Amino acid sequence: MTPEEQNFMRKIEAEEKIEPKDWMPEQYRKNLIRQISQHAHSEVIGMQPEGNYITRAPSLRRKAVLISKVQDEAGHGLYLYSAAETLGISRSEMIEQLQSGKAKYSSIFNYPVLTWADVAAIGWLVDGAAIVNQVSLQRTSYGPYSRGMIRICKEESFHQRQGYEAMLSLAKGSPEQKAMAQDALNRFYWPALMMFGPHDSESAHSQKSMEWKIKRETNDDLRQKFVDQTVKQIEVLGLDHPDKAIKWNEERGHYDSSDLNWDEFWSVINGNGHCNRQRVEHHIAAHDEGEWVRDAITAYNEKKRAKKAQQAA
Amino acid sequence: MSEAIKAATLEYATRLGDDSVVLGHRISEWISYGPFLEEDIAYGNVSLDYIGRARMFYTYAAELANDGRDEDDFAYMRNDREYRNLLLMEMPKGDFAYSQVRQLFADVYYTYLLPELLKSKDETLSAIAAKAIKETKYHLRRSRDWVLRLGDGTEESHKRTQKAVDALWGYTHELFDMDETEQLLADEGIGVDVSKLHDAWLAKVTEILTEATLTVPTEEWAVRGGRTGYHTENLGHMLTEMQIVHRSHPGCKW
Repeated sequence: MTPEEQNFMRKIEAEEKIEPKDWMPEQYRKNLIRQISQHAHSEVIGMQPEGNYITRAPSLRRKAVLISKVQDEAGHGLYLYSAAETLGISRSEMIEQLQSGKAKYSSIFNYPVLTWADVAAIGWLVDGAAIVNQVSLQRTSYGPYSRGMIRICKEESFHQRQGYEAMLSLAKGSPEQKAMAQDALNRFYWPALMMFGPHDSESAHSQKSMEWKIKRETNDDLRQKFVDQTVKQIEVLGLDHPDKAIKWNEERGHYDSSDLNWDEFWSVINGNGHCNRQRVEHHIAAHDEGEWVRDAITAYNEKKRAKKAQQAA
Repeated sequence: MSEAIKAATLEYATRLGDDSVVLGHRISEWISYGPFLEEDIAYGNVSLDYIGRARMFYTYAAELANDGRDEDDFAYMRNDREYRNLLLMEMPKGDFAYSQVRQLFADVYYTYLLPELLKSKDETLSAIAAKAIKETKYHLRRSRDWVLRLGDGTEESHKRTQKAVDALWGYTHELFDMDETEQLLADEGIGVDVSKLHDAWLAKVTEILTEATLTVPTEEWAVRGGRTGYHTENLGHMLTEMQIVHRSHPGCKW
């Protein structure tokens, strides 16, 4: 190991944060850029499925809460893009990678949001799963990412509570509302579990990322936490658990559950989900339509600068 | 409060609520469609302010009506013919220039309307105005900046912005119309005499459009009818979408 590498590893061992100007292995930088930008893209693409219900939210209060949630997601996207930018990649490069399909985002957003209960289920399950992951990432070794996570976690737990509360209103509501809630749970439960990624044995980037403390807990451990915490929540709602095999295992101190449909997981990751094309096309269309606006700002600023220079001369 | 004044105040609060919910809804249509992420956030803010106002106005209207209805009954259970919003608010979002020009017209309007409403003898209306004034200050700063940048940006942005100004101009005249209900309330010191705001509005809008190198339309073309429920064809579509889930489950809580 070079002295730089030794110093880097010493910091990692000592739980010191790595900061943007510190030396870091190229692969560490690459893994971080991949992970943080993927996280940022997930926030941004995640605005679409929920945004899809803003104009149909069933009460003014729910409409306000939903707008504010989607707005928070845009905000999270911004912090995360900024965190990634400290590693030497620009936001426009990241957006290009998202649009070309080179960069991924969480596959959960490739499932369609069909009913109002889906919006509630996303708040509860998807934000819930995200928090389990993000709480663990508050201890990630890269300073700007860790600080971003601390900030984001506060807002995400608010979203999760709102989602659960919306779900509770449905579950305790009319028979139609309750059926809507059950249907949403049945559809979103499995993809929410897939959010933790493949089994540790299948996860291409996991080992190195664990060693460098970019990731602090394995996919399977995080998934187990989520499975465990969700059982009680489903009970309180009075809904049926979508996993018929769910069973408390005294010895492990955890719930045993069915294995996931990994074919579906890989198929969605590889672009064949319900909404993959739609989500990316939406992003591209909005971005392209905004081009003349961005050009206008540049032109306007240029004119102002020229004017100032003229006045100064 | 006499019955006549109470009825007029209920109608007035409903009108102001309708303006807010319709505009708030239109702005919310931009979320995830903005030219960049910061704009999605800004649109969210402005839209939330208007939804918040709508809730306050409707809650007050419901209190005056005292017939068991709540804010959501006002928003979700009335048809387009019953809505009393100004037509300007219901126009579709259009392109970015169109939305920003509409916003400028509305923001300048509220810049002059709200300080008058603040003076209302009606404490609730005055309190809503107090909160809204702060929001509108921020809204106007934003829509003014945008119209300047778009008007004096590129050839294309200038063209689009001028087109939006021309297209929306005809809907601005009714912002300053009075009818019996509003006259009664203005005389009582409860409502605002909007006919008195026109000169200030026109002066401010002219100043901003001129700085943005845009031309202030001089055409007499004017479309009216929002306050009597004589809407454009756009509102029906908007309400159909907005009310679908609520109306599909009558009497349910969300």
